[in-house]
Amino acid sequence: MLGYMTQTAVRVRGLTKRYGEVRAVDGIDLDISAGEVFAILGPNGAGKSTTVEILEGYRKRDAGEVTVLGIDPEHPTRPWRGRVGIVLQTANDTAELTVRETVRHFSGYYPQARDPDEVIAQVGLTEQAGKRIRQLSGGQRRRVDVALGVVGDPELLFLDEPTTGFDPEARHRFWDLIHELAREGTTIVLTTHYLEEAEALADRVAVIARGRVVAQDRPATLGGRASAKARVSWLDEGERKQVETDTPTKTVLELTRRFDGEVPELTVTRPSLEDIYMRLISSPLAEVTQ
Amino acid sequence: MNDTATATATAGRTATSHPLPSVLALGWSRAAVETKMFFRERDAVIFTFAFPIILLVIFGAIFSGRLEGSPITVSQLYTAGLIGAGVMSASFQNLGIGIAVDRDDGTLKRLAGTPLPRSAYFVGKILSVLLVALLEVAILLAIGVAAYDLTLPTELGRWVTFAWVFVLGITGSALLGIAVSSLPRSAKSATAVISMPFVVLQFISGVFIPFSELPEWLIRISSLFPLKWMCQGFRSVFLGDAGAALELTKSYELDRVALILAAWAVGGLVLCLTTFRWKSRRDG
Repeated sequence: MLGYMTQTAVRVRGLTKRYGEVRAVDGIDLDISAGEVFAILGPNGAGKSTTVEILEGYRKRDAGEVTVLGIDPEHPTRPWRGRVGIVLQTANDTAELTVRETVRHFSGYYPQARDPDEVIAQVGLTEQAGKRIRQLSGGQRRRVDVALGVVGDPELLFLDEPTTGFDPEARHRFWDLIHELAREGTTIVLTTHYLEEAEALADRVAVIARGRVVAQDRPATLGGRASAKARVSWLDEGERKQVETDTPTKTVLELTRRFDGEVPELTVTRPSLEDIYMRLISSPLAEVTQ
Repeated sequence: MNDTATATATAGRTATSHPLPSVLALGWSRAAVETKMFFRERDAVIFTFAFPIILLVIFGAIFSGRLEGSPITVSQLYTAGLIGAGVMSASFQNLGIGIAVDRDDGTLKRLAGTPLPRSAYFVGKILSVLLVALLEVAILLAIGVAAYDLTLPTELGRWVTFAWVFVLGITGSALLGIAVSSLPRSAKSATAVISMPFVVLQFISGVFIPFSELPEWLIRISSLFPLKWMCQGFRSVFLGDAGAALELTKSYELDRVALILAAWAVGGLVLCLTTFRWKSRRDG
């Protein structure tokens, strides 16, 4: 999909992290290209937050090679910090400052920040700019987090479960914002619990389970999704029937002939990203092919 | 890893060579937002700022007489002592609770993910503490002069004493506050964990109760901590020679005051450097 000509933003080889006896991350390899939107999926405790925190320079690793924008994040430098934006999972800081005061203050940390008011407009908080952060709703609060993550005009943006607790409308508005940032050329690394979010945003997805990458692909082809059998289902004399087939069109034609026209309650479905994901995280490693 | 890797990985954008803002400019900017946040947070203002002022007004109302065999009034004695307690409240208590809260609510983690140098965070904290402490002292002095016959010293020498007691005292207390901020498990417990020892220290350091009323073993404990010595230094400034007779040793012992406050400044720094945590406990 993405050619070899593109540059690498994140390169991970054999990443390992133990907490006591537990191997939270157990040999992860990742390659994320510049300009890509890359989603990391996985159940709680699978090692995705640990992996991302190592990439962000918050945590030390036990083994493996990690390069983020050309630097080992275990030894972050100020200029490197200036090129990376981080949107953390939860934060309740600066409650007594207004949105504008906060974004303006953080913009002063960076060598070449974006215009604070423009950033506030981009995250859709212009009307709330003069409000104290403690008065914002959860979704608005999250958008402040995003504003603080992008105000330094980062080349690489980490988003850790950015839309947890959003209502559907807020989530779609948030997705528009991420699309816009991606169009501007920002590399985005996203962790999420929502599969439809990964599908809507990500160029590529990695599924992490038990500390390992069990699949890594485009959302449409993840885990052999595109070539998986289709499920044809219909109602036959009040009884639901279904077959799994590689040739659903042929099955539907046969059914049409049998019913002489309209097939009752006909559906043809391919496995959803969720089906594939559930299979990936529950199957033993040996059965999973990348 | 190396320079070549950095150059090739400046993905998709032209490498920028804009200079990063200086530590001093950032420290100043942190001080501005810290101060703004402090005065907007009513709890913090009452806890660290208004508390000594309220106490002074209450004590002044209760004890209006003169000390036995001395020209000094009880409220004058309290004003001088509460200036010491006020400085410690603005530095030790304010920083101890404030940094514990910063660690718990995500401030420290968020800042660690930005190009803000860690030193700028501390410069901001210390400048804002200095401002709060100076304001606190000014208000306590104003009340003391207006309501309790406190006379401001006219000799330069006593103001020099005031300056070094203030600077050494606030430095030691602030560093001790930064160090103890690592003790509370969460922001919720911070107020209790930090305020309790501070209240106890005020009772045994001669702020609320004169030393003549305290058993010797308690005085020995309080002599280990900076508050007793800071208050003693401030009494020497505001009560003058007439007050020296009230001291346990009939002297303000300014050389010991300087020695112990300086020791706390150095010891506090070592304690900070060895124990400070940027992460909360549940963050590992």
